[in-house]
Amino acid sequence: MIEFTLWDILRNLALALRWTVALSLIAFIGGGLVGGLLLCLRIGLGRKTQRLIGAYVALFQGSPLLIQLFLAYFGLSLLGVEVSAWTAASLALTLYTSAYLVEIWRGCVEAVPKGQWEAARSLAMSFGEQLRHVILPQAARLAIAPTVGFLVQVIKGTALASVIGFVELTKAGGMIANASFKPFLVFGCVALFYFALCFPVSLAAQHLERKQHGRTT
Amino acid sequence: MAAPPDDAVDHMIDHVIEPVAAPALPVPGVPIVRITALRKSYGTNEVLKGIDLDVMRGEVIALIGKSGSGKSTLLRCINGLEQFQDGSLRVADKPLLHDSAMAMRALRQQVGMIFQSFNLFPHLSVGRNVMLAPTLVKKRSDRDAADQARALLARVGLAEKFDAMPDQLSGGQQQRVAIARALAMEPQVLLCDEITSALDPELVGEVLRVVESLAEEGMTLLMVTHEMNFARKVADRVIFMHQGRVHEIGPPAEVFGAPKTPELRQFLKSLDD
Repeated sequence: MIEFTLWDILRNLALALRWTVALSLIAFIGGGLVGGLLLCLRIGLGRKTQRLIGAYVALFQGSPLLIQLFLAYFGLSLLGVEVSAWTAASLALTLYTSAYLVEIWRGCVEAVPKGQWEAARSLAMSFGEQLRHVILPQAARLAIAPTVGFLVQVIKGTALASVIGFVELTKAGGMIANASFKPFLVFGCVALFYFALCFPVSLAAQHLERKQHGRTT
Repeated sequence: MAAPPDDAVDHMIDHVIEPVAAPALPVPGVPIVRITALRKSYGTNEVLKGIDLDVMRGEVIALIGKSGSGKSTLLRCINGLEQFQDGSLRVADKPLLHDSAMAMRALRQQVGMIFQSFNLFPHLSVGRNVMLAPTLVKKRSDRDAADQARALLARVGLAEKFDAMPDQLSGGQQQRVAIARALAMEPQVLLCDEITSALDPELVGEVLRVVESLAEEGMTLLMVTHEMNFARKVADRVIFMHQGRVHEIGPPAEVFGAPKTPELRQFLKSLDD
């Protein structure tokens, strides 16, 4: 039997941490792009699109991420598409993230006073110009803090990708725990790694929020 | 009820021949705003019950009346912020067509609006507030728009505020920026929706002086106002609205001096209390 030193544990977890970070970034960038697209569709198009996107949001917010991961992994292969754990995890996390972001951002757009739309409209700006030059810059300022706050949820959400065999921090922790027979020590270290990742992001969100309030009051 | 389609065909032809964005040529004797049998309701609640009104170029019209009488709604119909269900509205002899984005864009270049709550864009500097629409809609170069913005800000007495942010200004200053911003689109008609109602009393004067100077320069103005002294002094005609109708209309001396209807007498009396 191989003896695991604390250094071995930390080194292996740190290596696996890279994939947690990578998966978080993919989820956040992909989710941001899809969410942004859905937001524009939601604002720009009619009631039908709104309902459709509302259903999309309800679906992804109303089911566990774990199940979404299973569905992406096993569902796609059932359809004849062979997907790797990478693809399935990226896909599920992107869709999950986009569903939350579109809701957060919609709230921010709605928080921009109606008078701003009216002023832009009465200056003969087109809908796209109103959105781009008047509404979105103001909504973006409101959105920074809650968006960064949600990033923490995404980072922790990547832990669930371990169930489809994606070797990130949690999965690596499980494997090392099994091999080393030191589950408490290993998972304690895993928790510390997550904390080291999430805590600065939380702090940043709080800082941004304070800055926001300072500006508006 | 509905306007008869007397000259609908003529106007369709007009529409085809003239580019929509062409500046309206001043035609003497033709009203700049022509409102015919205009009706507007929110659900089952009819707020405008058949409004007929011709506004001549250069005319200053004050709309007075109790809150809920439909005066703001009427104003907001003129630049399409509110849709009406029946009747017709023409600005510079072009019909207002809600469904045509092109037509609405052309119309809104003719009709400027100033709001009770200023509605300056808080993320842009004062200068940028004024420049934004001309650069986007009129495709003006940044330099031309900046020159124009400086000139307009000087006109409203805020030349030195070009680089200030809106939240650094007093309410009266913000409203004057809003006036400059509306003027930057070189509108034919300016709509003022209770533009001094959100101001502290000591700031009302500076805004009204700017509006008065616009009136003297021949700008067509329609304003919803509670400043009766100002209406008396500046308006060519005063409209008293009551329950969604033009209840009484006439020169200020007549409307304020010799009100014909008991509703107007009652309204004027309530102001003195």
